Amino acid sequence: MIKRRTLLAASAALGLVMGGAAFAQDVPKIGFVYVGPVNDGGWSQHHHESAMKMKEHFGDAIELIEQESVPEGADAERVLTQMALSGADLIFTTSFGYMDPTINVAEKFPDVKFEHATGYKTAENVSAYSARFYEGRAITGYLAGAMSETNKIGYIGSFPIPEVIRGINSSYLHAKQANPDVEIAVVWLNTWFDPAKEADATQALLDQGADVVLAHTDSTAPLAVLEKAGAYGFGQAADMAEYKPAPRISSIIDDWAPYYIERVQAIVDGTWESHNTWQGIGDGMVGIGEFTGPIPEDVLAHVTQMKEDIASGAYHPFTGPINKQDGSAWLAEGEVADDGTLAGMNFYVEGVSGSIPN
Amino acid sequence: MDPVLLVASIMVSATPILLAAIGELVTEKSGVLNLGVEGMMITGAVMGFAIAVSSGSPLLGFLGAAVASAVLSLSFGFLTQYLLSNQVATGLGLTLVGLGLSALIGSNYEGQRAPSLPKLDIPVLGDIPLLGRMLFAHDFVVYLSLALVVAVWAFLKYTRAGLILRAVGEDHESAHALGYKVVRVRMAAIAFGGACAGLGGAYVSLVRVPQWTEGMTAGAGWIALAIVVFSSWRPLGVLIGAYLFGGVTVIQLNLQAAGTTVPVELLSMSPYLITILVLVVISARGAHGAPASLGRPFHATS
Repeated sequence: MIKRRTLLAASAALGLVMGGAAFAQDVPKIGFVYVGPVNDGGWSQHHHESAMKMKEHFGDAIELIEQESVPEGADAERVLTQMALSGADLIFTTSFGYMDPTINVAEKFPDVKFEHATGYKTAENVSAYSARFYEGRAITGYLAGAMSETNKIGYIGSFPIPEVIRGINSSYLHAKQANPDVEIAVVWLNTWFDPAKEADATQALLDQGADVVLAHTDSTAPLAVLEKAGAYGFGQAADMAEYKPAPRISSIIDDWAPYYIERVQAIVDGTWESHNTWQGIGDGMVGIGEFTGPIPEDVLAHVTQMKEDIASGAYHPFTGPINKQDGSAWLAEGEVADDGTLAGMNFYVEGVSGSIPN
Repeated sequence: MDPVLLVASIMVSATPILLAAIGELVTEKSGVLNLGVEGMMITGAVMGFAIAVSSGSPLLGFLGAAVASAVLSLSFGFLTQYLLSNQVATGLGLTLVGLGLSALIGSNYEGQRAPSLPKLDIPVLGDIPLLGRMLFAHDFVVYLSLALVVAVWAFLKYTRAGLILRAVGEDHESAHALGYKVVRVRMAAIAFGGACAGLGGAYVSLVRVPQWTEGMTAGAGWIALAIVVFSSWRPLGVLIGAYLFGGVTVIQLNLQAAGTTVPVELLSMSPYLITILVLVVISARGAHGAPASLGRPFHATS
């Protein structure tokens, strides 16, 4: 207790000194916490780049603080507490596993605002924001099905959370549209970032006969292995353009910058309110990277149309009839999945084999 | 499951850990506990990659990785052997330095491609059906790592220098009294450990993945440290441990990809579980404890 008090006093004193000396006025302090290094080439890098764009937009009107490679769990709480103590006004926690730490720390600091990415829990001072990655997965899944000659595609899963399960289901459903005989093999790694393990998993999928691999982890290692093998894959979270034109034949790009700018503006204006938002291709939060490599004309035309239809809302990737894995009905003909079910998705659709780890 | 592909994957997966572990074994046999394996591996990974990319020669990359990590490990040696700093703290510091330094050096190499390491085509042996392709068609680093294990085993067991190294590790006061240069022997062992960890790291960035990504060794150095302990400081044990760990890792991924019904949780922890179990069973027989002077500082008083 004494320690915490000393810390509080010390930071308060520091704040006074800094406030008096260096800064004439108090600008909002915006914090970002990343799960991987900011140059992982994927997820964390894209959050970081979006944060930088946001910083560029506001210039000296805000102060940006960042912390990279923060493990999910207890460490995250420590880092968040530290950021809150150091005077952050708004903190973006950019990985699913930060959800509970964010909620816990937010309770202790009611005046600090939090924005948690890809989760579902909110509070008075905690917003949740996420992107409808499954819309992008529909397009990459269709491409995977169309490009597979062995009729087997691989999927590298990170953690068995709804976001990843949605990705697997969406990929499989659309791979099947392109190729009715296609099978999907899923490998779970229980990590977001471990290039060596991701490479091993890609190799294992290739050894098992897959020739297109979709990754739901953060590094570019799967593409490096696919390149050696002459197989195909996709950019994940970032364009991963260095692997154009093949093995990367398209990509799902997360664009957080407009959202970050909007939310920080709300802090500057004092109009910030907690919300839960979920944006997709149509809003621009999910981008589809350029189609490259030897994609046949008709497939190209189909995915281009699909992208437009998803963006306009004419097509929803989860449109019935769809059965669950055990054969029970989920969506009837023409029925569209509701956001509640999607947000908590914990089942495979019919045709995906294997079971979801707990 | 094609056995040829499987064995090839296992060897690729086991080699980095084997290299780092055999180096650490020699270091620890001399009585020095260097917890900086992870830092030395990642330094090897980035230096190997950078040199291979700039020179176009993977061979030079491996060489540079070994030298760079050996130099880094000597800084640990200087601090712990001459300035008598705490080995645990300094080793952990070495890991942090390695991770930071590699991120700094590697920032220009993100997304670049490394020249690929040619597979050896061993005449006669490579022509044996099935076995030939399975065992005798890998890159030279795989064979180098296996040769190192044999060399270290023979060195420790049969040579005078190996005996001195063990004596220094078991009882540095006595070794010193006999006139052996304790600190010099340890510095050499530390450098060897560093060079091996560097080779292991370079194998990750040049062969296993192959690309440079920050933090890419992702804990392999810690696994190597654990394997040294669980093998009771025996080269053969290290070999078994590394291949078990690499092997089970690859097999469990293949089982997942093949759609087995075994729960994923069980599969994911199997590499750790099986490796520890087997090594504990092996080391339960016979008394092969830690080198008696492991981790203790040495200061010549006379």
